[in-house]
Amino acid sequence: MNFILNPWPWYVSGPLIALVMALLVYFGKTFGMSSNLKTMCTMLGANKFSDFFKVDWKEQSWNLVVVIGAIIGGYIAVNFLSNDAVTNLNPKTISELAALGFNNPGTTLVPNELYDYESIMSGKGLLILIMGGLLVGFGTRYADGCTSGHAITGLSSLQKPSLIAVIGFFIGGLVMTNLILPLIF
Amino acid sequence: MKHLKFLLVGIFFGIVLVKSEAVSWYRIYEMFRFQSFHMYGIIGTAVLLGILFFFISKKGTIKNTQNETINFTSKDKGFIRYIVGGSIFGLGWALIGACPGPMYILLGTGVFSMLIAIASALVGTFLYGVLKNKLPH
Repeated sequence: MNFILNPWPWYVSGPLIALVMALLVYFGKTFGMSSNLKTMCTMLGANKFSDFFKVDWKEQSWNLVVVIGAIIGGYIAVNFLSNDAVTNLNPKTISELAALGFNNPGTTLVPNELYDYESIMSGKGLLILIMGGLLVGFGTRYADGCTSGHAITGLSSLQKPSLIAVIGFFIGGLVMTNLILPLIF
Repeated sequence: MKHLKFLLVGIFFGIVLVKSEAVSWYRIYEMFRFQSFHMYGIIGTAVLLGILFFFISKKGTIKNTQNETINFTSKDKGFIRYIVGGSIFGLGWALIGACPGPMYILLGTGVFSMLIAIASALVGTFLYGVLKNKLPH
């Protein structure tokens, strides 16, 4: 059981993600985890403000079911399929993050410095989560896809727009991690 | 019940992304600092196998459940929307360490404050829909 309870190596995880994409394509759909945001906007009445949201959300309901599944999967993975293994980060990453003021990098999935009750109540965590969410939600629709739609599905089907989008993901990611994060922390 | 298979795929996806640590904020940081091969290995093997999958299935050897030849949705041609939109997305991804899939999965792992990011992502999506015609694509 240890091979299941321990974190899975990349050469196991990567192929399993390809399998998720293949299954969804086999079911006549596509692997894209951001479309559901648009569907939810439509359900909440966004179609009254923009034609962009004038879509039949019932046709997209399968996408919301995948989301519900993903939430359940996250619950199952941490509660039944995990041990106390710490994320095996590069020691350099750990010391860098410690210098920025992050406590015990890798012992949790997300840093308490951003996500815990105290950080949110201090305003800093709250602001970061709001900003991050806005950027992700706006950027993913502007770029017409996210990591699953462009980096996995788009690159797998050798589409040039997806390659451009992934280059964009990296421009933004590199700027945030290397230039902006050190200023915030 | 026709949705059951999507629920199961979603559950499987959630488990894989937690066990692979792809939902870890720290793994995303490490990736954008080029300090580990882990995330590159995950994305790289997924894409290589994905290419193989589309290569084989395009020849019509595998039909989908609607008995059609397997195909992918083509993205529209363009440059600005992909590079600019992609960069905006990347800024957010690296800041909160989560893209849309992991947002939901992390919520399932008990990170309830992710609801703030999810709600904000909905607002971001809404803003794009409203501003769409004024943006260069």
